[in-house]
Amino acid sequence: MNALRRNVLKGAAGASTVAIAIAAGMLKPTQAMAAWNAPAFDAKNVGDAMKGLGVSAPADSKDILIKAPDIAENGAVVPVEVTSKIAGTTSIAILAEKNGTPLVGDFTLSGGAQGFISTRIKMGQTSLVRAVVKAGGKSYTAAKEVKVTIGGCGG
Amino acid sequence: MAEPMRIRATMSGDVADIKVLMNHPMETGQRKDAKTGQLVPAHFIQDVTATINGATVLSANLGSGVSKNPYLGFKVKGPKAGDKVVVNWTDNKGDKNTAETAIA
Repeated sequence: MNALRRNVLKGAAGASTVAIAIAAGMLKPTQAMAAWNAPAFDAKNVGDAMKGLGVSAPADSKDILIKAPDIAENGAVVPVEVTSKIAGTTSIAILAEKNGTPLVGDFTLSGGAQGFISTRIKMGQTSLVRAVVKAGGKSYTAAKEVKVTIGGCGG
Repeated sequence: MAEPMRIRATMSGDVADIKVLMNHPMETGQRKDAKTGQLVPAHFIQDVTATINGATVLSANLGSGVSKNPYLGFKVKGPKAGDKVVVNWTDNKGDKNTAETAIA
């Protein structure tokens, strides 16, 4: 008998067992969520995350402004604001480059939404916060370093 | 089940400034429970969509790197005061929540 399968079926113990199975790569947490871009969010480095977003070699742009603290005392809550002045901005993705999984969020804008996203992210350590903007079929990027004194991942 | 979420939408000029605060633990799946030493299962919001009068203005994919009780702010040009803003989210366990407000 398959011991893992027994454990999974064991009701109350099930939740944590499933998590272990996920950690072991046996189950993908996203299997049921077709819309969620799993390859990009599961990517362990910036290059793979960008590939998952369908972005290759984005051009550096001064029209993307990233507002984030220079030094974040608490990596669990780092306020980040991205403003894109590029006309026709259709999506903004935020990446924390040195996080275990760098991609934090991918925001698709439509129906008059401005090139602006404000949110709060977790950062494991000091790293660049990168914004990737898609506009008119092209992609642009900008980054800002945030120094983290206490990490927000793990614990 | 999911806790309530708060939305505030205000007009400034011809741009609606929309702020959403969602109540969610946003577990990464990498944190260990201090007592048991077991990994806390990943539990985070994956999809957020916002509509104004039924038209989608924002559809976001979030990862586990978003802070606990996620805050999301965005701006939309065009709507008028009184227009209805609806925000929905779905997490990786299939929980959903929705909230709506009128632009002030």
